[in-house]
Amino acid sequence: MDIFLQQIVNGLTIGSLYALVALGYTMVYGVMRLINFAHGDLVALSAFVGLTVYTQIFGEGITSLIAVVAVFMFTAVIVAVVGVLLERLAYRPLRTAPRLSAVVSALGAGLVIQNAVMLIWGPNMKIFPSEIFPSTIWAIGGIVVTFTQVMILGLSSALMVALYFFINRTKMGTAIRAVAIDQDAAKLMGINVNRIIMVIFIIGSALGAVAGLFIGAYYRGITFDMGWMYGLNAFVAAIMGGIGNIPGAMLGGLLLGLFNAMITGYISTQWAETFTFVLLIVILVFRPTGILGEKVAEKV
Amino acid sequence: MSNTEKLLEVKDLHVSYGAIAAIKGIDLYVKKGEVVTILGANGAGKTTTLRTISGLLKPISGNIIFDGKDITQTPAHDIVSLGMSHSPEGRRVFGTLSVEENLMMGAYSLKKHDAKTLEWIYEILPRLKERRGQLAGTLSGGEQQMLAIGRAIMSKPKLLILDEPSLGLAPVLVKVIFKAIKQIANSGVTVLLVEQNAKAALRLANRGYVLELGKISHEGSSEELLNSETIQEAYLGKKK
Repeated sequence: MDIFLQQIVNGLTIGSLYALVALGYTMVYGVMRLINFAHGDLVALSAFVGLTVYTQIFGEGITSLIAVVAVFMFTAVIVAVVGVLLERLAYRPLRTAPRLSAVVSALGAGLVIQNAVMLIWGPNMKIFPSEIFPSTIWAIGGIVVTFTQVMILGLSSALMVALYFFINRTKMGTAIRAVAIDQDAAKLMGINVNRIIMVIFIIGSALGAVAGLFIGAYYRGITFDMGWMYGLNAFVAAIMGGIGNIPGAMLGGLLLGLFNAMITGYISTQWAETFTFVLLIVILVFRPTGILGEKVAEKV
Repeated sequence: MSNTEKLLEVKDLHVSYGAIAAIKGIDLYVKKGEVVTILGANGAGKTTTLRTISGLLKPISGNIIFDGKDITQTPAHDIVSLGMSHSPEGRRVFGTLSVEENLMMGAYSLKKHDAKTLEWIYEILPRLKERRGQLAGTLSGGEQQMLAIGRAIMSKPKLLILDEPSLGLAPVLVKVIFKAIKQIANSGVTVLLVEQNAKAALRLANRGYVLELGKISHEGSSEELLNSETIQEAYLGKKK
């Protein structure tokens, strides 16, 4: 029972990270029908940017709320700018090209970012500072919960709730949904589609940046090529929830995190990824639109 | 007639899809307060003309002047705030947005939507008020058309462009739609209307153009067109 509860806590933690990254995939897909395969590499980039910002600007060993908030803000802004540039340079010129061209461009852009990270920070694993969050640990019954886990769960939930309200209750959010449904009709409403796409990339990249920093804080060891695996897991989460669907990405992320944690806890760590992709295949075969799917309500 | 009276003027417009010329040099104008209709068979270029006027397509040559400004190269989303609104062919409502959200998107170009305009739309198209919370995709075809027109009015346009508003609708709904268009025109909005239902369109319009294979073949007042034998044969279904 203890293992089970412990794996629930661990699963929700990694699930929140998957969900944050999955939102980036699903929002871009929803609006552009494009899988942004470079998104995972933005997540990896964030961890390295965060590391540099923290150690170079604040100096190692400093633990203060202001420093941590500043690292998160700074990293999110830098990575959002990279995300916007990615769209401008790699995707916008191909907006009207066949979809495969954009996918190839996405894969290429991912490699460019990954290699840039390797050239700047080196090919070896870097260790993320442990003091970014206090090392407080709570033992409740037989379960251990770390401060970092609480932070991940708390901030991720807050960001997802905020995003949900932004998309469903604001004028800009409604415009994003309108652009996802019909770009030409949205233009006729006076909506600047390019600007909406830019906003999507800002939000998606910033959420990915938060996830990247949390990955650093939680797992400590960061490598230039780790974006591929986190990205792929988050991509599976987005498919699981129903790609293009925002609550679906959140749900898919959490479920995949729990699934992963159970496999890790009861079967083996080595097999976790294998089971993830078996799960992906099962979903694609039996429910390709995912759990929540895209609502299909248009009548002709 | 002085130029200032013309709200919209299209000069020698040429539009192509790749190598295929769709519009081969058309001239037309719409004066303030007029209802003007463009008639023509399928494939004559009516929708292409409207999509070019509202900026969704860019012409290879020619000019579009709206309210004294050359808007030929202006992007579609900027044209809306100049006072032009285009309700596209096939209604194109946002299916997974509610009726009211669709109307709010119609007012996107305004800082804040105009409550009076919204009330007025609910007055002339009461069905929309009943269904305001419903997803647009769950509406009937006629209701979706009402919504498409209402949505286009939310930006408080000077010129309303309607592409085939009666397409595929039952006769009773066609009546409702045309009545609404008439009320909108009577409120002072200039209307450019493309219609398959030539008779109903000419009854509503002051003037009309007939488009044939990307060129204007006839133009004139509605009475002239209604009484012209060639028009009657080709578009009004009368036999000699």
